[in-house]
Amino acid sequence: MAAEAKVHELIVSVSPHVRGKETVGRIMWTVNLSLLPAFIMSVYYFGPRAVYVTGLCILSSIIFEHLYQKGMKKESTVGDGSALLTGLLLGMNLPASVPFYIPIIGSLVAIIITKLLFGGLGYNVFNPALIGRAFLLISFPKLLTSWTEPTAKFIAMDAKTTATPLGILKEEGLTQLMEIFGSKADLYKELLMGNTAGSLGETSAIALLIGAAILFFRKYITWHIPLSFIATVGLLAWAFGGDTGLFTGDPIIHILSGGLILGAFFMATDYVTCPTVRKGQIIFGIGCGALTMLIRLKGGFPEGVMFAILLMNCFAPLIDRSVKPKMFGAVKAEKEQKK
Amino acid sequence: MSKTATFERGIHPAYHKELASGKSIEKAKLPQRIVVPLSQHIGAPTQAEVNIGDEVKTGQVIGVTTSFVSSPVHSSVSGKVIAMAPFPNPAGKMVPSIVIESDGNDEAVAYKEDADYMHLGADEIKAKIKDAGIVGLGGAAFPTNVKLSPPKEKTIDTVIINGAECEPYLTADHRLMVERSKDVVEGLKIIMKSLGVKNGYIGIEENKPDAIEAMKSAISGEANIELYTLEIKYPQGAEKMLIKAIKGKEVPTKGLPMDVGVVVQNVGTALAIYEAVRYGKPLIERVVTITGEGIRETRNMMVRIGTLMSDVIEQCGGLVDGAVKVISGGPMMGFAQWTLDVPVIKGTSGILVLTEKEYVSSDDYSACIRCGSCIDVCPMGLNPSMLSILSEKGFFDEAKEYNIFDCFECGSCAYVCPAKRPMVQFMRLIKSQVKP
Repeated sequence: MAAEAKVHELIVSVSPHVRGKETVGRIMWTVNLSLLPAFIMSVYYFGPRAVYVTGLCILSSIIFEHLYQKGMKKESTVGDGSALLTGLLLGMNLPASVPFYIPIIGSLVAIIITKLLFGGLGYNVFNPALIGRAFLLISFPKLLTSWTEPTAKFIAMDAKTTATPLGILKEEGLTQLMEIFGSKADLYKELLMGNTAGSLGETSAIALLIGAAILFFRKYITWHIPLSFIATVGLLAWAFGGDTGLFTGDPIIHILSGGLILGAFFMATDYVTCPTVRKGQIIFGIGCGALTMLIRLKGGFPEGVMFAILLMNCFAPLIDRSVKPKMFGAVKAEKEQKK
Repeated sequence: MSKTATFERGIHPAYHKELASGKSIEKAKLPQRIVVPLSQHIGAPTQAEVNIGDEVKTGQVIGVTTSFVSSPVHSSVSGKVIAMAPFPNPAGKMVPSIVIESDGNDEAVAYKEDADYMHLGADEIKAKIKDAGIVGLGGAAFPTNVKLSPPKEKTIDTVIINGAECEPYLTADHRLMVERSKDVVEGLKIIMKSLGVKNGYIGIEENKPDAIEAMKSAISGEANIELYTLEIKYPQGAEKMLIKAIKGKEVPTKGLPMDVGVVVQNVGTALAIYEAVRYGKPLIERVVTITGEGIRETRNMMVRIGTLMSDVIEQCGGLVDGAVKVISGGPMMGFAQWTLDVPVIKGTSGILVLTEKEYVSSDDYSACIRCGSCIDVCPMGLNPSMLSILSEKGFFDEAKEYNIFDCFECGSCAYVCPAKRPMVQFMRLIKSQVKP
């Protein structure tokens, strides 16, 4: 019985002994890549300032995460791409004109307070980038709501300030919006392309949808949250968003403008802060959509996606505890118990 | 080919069946020494019927039992009992075992043949099965006669032969279906007879076309036996998944196949039943797939129970450089071995050797990112993500509300987990801390 000597060291571990290819890093880096089209469009419309703002967010997010973990004598996890993703998303949620300290403060709140103080990736209750932005919006309301015209064509540094389509819709109404954009078809076209004022990465619906398609293809996200979120927004916009009574609103304007596409596909779907059970995700999406429209139509802000997602983040654990997956053999067990 | 049957969810791991699927079953060399654990099954252990120094024959009973849920063990060689002591078994436990030195003659006890076996009554068949020491050869090793004796209030109307062999790498059942198709079908007919059942099914995964062909022709004259081609998906061969695929019925939670009137038996078990009832042969050998990138020659071998893995591996040319893991069974549910001096037992379907290349460490796992992949694949419709978190935090009682005891540790959740969490370990921890 000496065959053992010929083998070096046998590794003993729990089954299964083979694993799939997915890793946290692979998922995060793919999401980062899927945001590239939207980032490129943001540079096209808002110029070098888009690179500057987003770059600062990414850089400070990575540095904060690294320093915190070094300081806490933990292994640095910046390699998994999630810090970069938080920075990228935060940058895409900011206006082009913010001064340099805004991205840094936002990243600090997002990475240190929202993510790492709660235990790091997997333990955070709220979407870090959105808390970062919410903090900035409340602390620096003027800076966070001064929008520039999307006229840079990659190069122009400064642009005139203007209002976002949702801002115009809220303050001045649909007629004024039509006057600016001409026809509805033109408005839809500009909204799809991203040729409107708004946060850096939120304006180009097309670019965002290309990225979302990558995530669908790789099965990193499913239809449950984006569809229920967007459909709820569309339905409520149609029902209550019109100037001339119920069911006269324009759902497409509400769907394509503001941060809905970015939020529904890239932020509400954040694994850590949304429910894990698919049925629960539909509830989550509907909640996001309803709160978004409540804020857009009745609230003090023209845009409500950020607060809607953050509020629903609070409910994610509760939803996960109430909605269970369809258990194998469950139906029959209940029937049998009734007998 | 008609539509393939399957269950909901599950995974598609790399199968690597081609490493051994074309290799005909060869007889392994008669071992010089065997180690026969007195307990190789689920249920009460057997009592040694021999003493050190006793001469034994091939097929002689060496471990007896009076319990219903138990199964006797036999010597698989002729020779002399040289030791009786606890030995490691493939599941990593120390089990009282009998060590027999072979005299090389392979002199067998007289087996009681019965050419007219289809006229036997149900109780006679079950007695023969019990005496032959037959247990489920798919891996679980549950005493077969118990499975064939359902309580009176349960009506069994269906027998399914499990030829799914969904564990990657393994090809033992595949080869049996190709080479011994007639005998497997005879085994199925005996099982049907013993249960008084009219409907027999055979389920085979699509990736075994030659086995499907062979079994099809073997059942061509049998009006009551139907073959189902199954989708290639893990864990298609789990009893509940197989029943769902073929009968469309879900075994109720915490229930057994008999709750929906079904008894499932593995291909190898059916063959063993045939050999026991027809030829009076006890379960002293089984087909083992020796495979993986870490073994020099992959093989399917008929191995005597009690043969040491080191012995079998040597007959396959030994391990290659860089072999790091030897697994008893398949890669999804098999047990990693710390020594090769463990015996092949009744439930050993394969010896799989993995190299550094296939090895994935579970040491560096990270927090659950709640991606939900595990929920999408869990064949039982559980929430492994939640269960793993509850287990990690020690909230074992709460885990019960998430139906932990429906988990059969197939490992699908761990396979897809991007954070590489040791999901099966988490599940086992909960099960060890709370009562069903």
